[in-house]
Amino acid sequence: MTPELGQLALILALLLALAQGVLPLIGAWRGNRALMAVARPAAAGQAVFVAFAFGILVWAFLHFDFSVQYVADNSNLELPWYYRIAAVWGAHEGSLLLWIFILNVWTVALAAFSYKLPDVFASRVLAVMGLIAVGFLAFIVFTSDPFGRLLPMPGDGADLNPVLQDPGMAFHPPVLYTGYVGFSVAFAFAIAGLLGGELEQAWVRWARPWTNVAWAFLTLGIVAGSWWAYAELGWGGWWFWDPVENASFMPWLVGAALIHAQAVTEKRGSLRAWTILLSIFAFSLSLLGTFLVRSGVLTSVHAFASDPRRGVFILAFLTIVVGGSLLLYALRAPKVAGGKAFQLLSRETVLLIGNLMFAVAAAMVLLGTLFPLIGDALNLGRISVGPPYFGFLFPLLMLPVVVLMPFGPFLRWGKGESPLLKQILLRVGIAAAACAIVAAFFVDGKLKAIVGVAALAWLGVGVLLYAYKRWRDVPRGRRYPGEMAGMLLAHLGVGVFVAGVLLTESLSVTRDVRMAPGDTQHISGYDFRFDGVHRTTGPNWKADQGVITVTRDSKQIAVMHPQKRTYPRGQVQTESAVDAGVFRDLYVALGEPMDAGNIEGAWALRLYYKPFVRWIWGGGLLMMLGGFVCAADKRFRLKRTADATAPVDLQPQESRA
Amino acid sequence: MPMNPTRKRRLVIVLLILAAATIATVLVVVALQNNMNYLLTPSQVQSGQASGYKTFRLGGMVKAGSIQRSNDSLKVTFTVVDAGGAMPVEYTGILPDLFRDNQSVIATGHMDGARFVATEVLAKHDETYMPKELKDAMAKAHAEKPGIENRE
Repeated sequence: MTPELGQLALILALLLALAQGVLPLIGAWRGNRALMAVARPAAAGQAVFVAFAFGILVWAFLHFDFSVQYVADNSNLELPWYYRIAAVWGAHEGSLLLWIFILNVWTVALAAFSYKLPDVFASRVLAVMGLIAVGFLAFIVFTSDPFGRLLPMPGDGADLNPVLQDPGMAFHPPVLYTGYVGFSVAFAFAIAGLLGGELEQAWVRWARPWTNVAWAFLTLGIVAGSWWAYAELGWGGWWFWDPVENASFMPWLVGAALIHAQAVTEKRGSLRAWTILLSIFAFSLSLLGTFLVRSGVLTSVHAFASDPRRGVFILAFLTIVVGGSLLLYALRAPKVAGGKAFQLLSRETVLLIGNLMFAVAAAMVLLGTLFPLIGDALNLGRISVGPPYFGFLFPLLMLPVVVLMPFGPFLRWGKGESPLLKQILLRVGIAAAACAIVAAFFVDGKLKAIVGVAALAWLGVGVLLYAYKRWRDVPRGRRYPGEMAGMLLAHLGVGVFVAGVLLTESLSVTRDVRMAPGDTQHISGYDFRFDGVHRTTGPNWKADQGVITVTRDSKQIAVMHPQKRTYPRGQVQTESAVDAGVFRDLYVALGEPMDAGNIEGAWALRLYYKPFVRWIWGGGLLMMLGGFVCAADKRFRLKRTADATAPVDLQPQESRA
Repeated sequence: MPMNPTRKRRLVIVLLILAAATIATVLVVVALQNNMNYLLTPSQVQSGQASGYKTFRLGGMVKAGSIQRSNDSLKVTFTVVDAGGAMPVEYTGILPDLFRDNQSVIATGHMDGARFVATEVLAKHDETYMPKELKDAMAKAHAEKPGIENRE
């Protein structure tokens, strides 16, 4: 009986979402306060029902209710409780339920904090959130019911995909979805602004922290996914330009552009139309991300759901959202657009160049990701675009961003000051050149690694110089407000990330080897001794576990235990062993026994030495931290709306960047 | 008509944007052309469709009993089959977890004589899932050679 209650709750939530999506819009159009007032209670009610349905699904997993098809498909009696909770979002239906649940959390937060916005605008924003919820709830109710019954009830369930039985994977989807869904707020603001024909700077200022938080979550989700792929897939790679990775990366790129465009719009009123366009694209790409991952339309090592009917639904939904909002944009954007002009050498110009590069990069990734579909439609045969396409174009597009980044904060709004720029150029240039020369001695003249060190020096010294300038010029207490500190952290993160990527790529050593017990392999100063393989068991798996002792100059560094696990349904999953360090990772994965069946003999092993690989995720985490710190800036709390535009222009321009 | 400074500046900006767009387009096209990988099945390769591609992806099923490992290195040979053809494949390295007899795989590599030398081998992700493109390619190969029973 209980699962049917979950289904009922979802249907009721759908009805409330319809009320939240339609009535306030009519109210805002007709000036009817009663209709506008529907938005908040409807949003709250919808959230309660969705939370209830979500709770019921969790309960069904915890209590092994295998009469529910979804539970039977994704868990079994041996699965530990924590992975049974993670199994809720382990496949299609449950992850959509998670999506809509997170949307509800964002909507309720928006409803609670938006009292200071004008009623008409706030009710339009909440209505747009409601319409998004209608789409997703209808999708769940009509095509992807997580509460469908399986009769007769089986004695035991199948299993959660073993690839997903990992802490990183339990964590990755909720965080990623929080980011995806968070862009719906910026989207709702953009649509509400277009509908009303105006977008006040004060409203954009109010929207900024939401975008920053969404982007920070998305960053964390991507970092978690990358780390998970590294630790779990056994290939030691951290990014594969796989369609599903690209799906989360495109909204990230557009989101990064949006964060900066919103800053310009809020401070100067310029680039309004561009900010709105980016808001539309960031959310549309988030939807596309869901579509790409969940429809199985593209070949991908990740795709574990495929059902064309669902694909058609999301495609229709996507068409309505993208097409509808772009049509609205075409009709109304000229009315909303406006703002101050700026000279060629100004902060706006640099931010705009960065924005364009991010947008083009997102378009490039989109083209490469969807190319198989285009090729299919044009009957060119079965084509895929290899990672070198992305690997060649992406760094090329990001080069101007990295080169210009140190100068952005030093430029003034509206007009530039060139003498200071020459000084900065000289300093960061000398720092980068000096570090490159020193680095050249340590990395055997490998160009990529030298460039990585130089880029870190270029960006890091740029950040330090600006931090010092604030320290010198601005009185205590106002030197590093959240927005400023967040920017410095995130830009430093970019430097750490670039250095990590280039150093890892050029200095890593990978070796696939055949090793008999007692054999030793020598890699970059480390001795890997293979001490054989034995059997071991876990809560719901059996494994062949290898023992590898790593020594350096006869001193023991680590004993590593890579595993090859076998799960109840017979699926095999490699668990690599990683000895992590700030400056290097040692990584071992088990291949297969050379003589099938004799696990005590020789094995194929994959050994890696990966210098600075942690810096990649460290840089990502710094960017994430920057997003959160920026969002915490007190300035973004809305005081009054009526005269909020005036004080912005009166602010001394140097005091706040 | 004489140009005023504003117009002149706008013209310069438009020309710069045009130049940038041209360069970007050329780069994208070149990068795409160099990195497009076609997916072919053994029967398509044997009917000559692979000629002209340096590297391509070979998709099909691992023939049962065809996996042979070398004794002293990580070299593995196996045969990939589809409804109407078979192709010997050579690979040196560690195969994915799901690689086994009768598994659908996609190997990236090039032809060396009559043998396909793979640089990467991917196995399908779980038991119930077959890459759509591989399914289509095999169905297409099947349709091109009627009368032969499809193994799927």
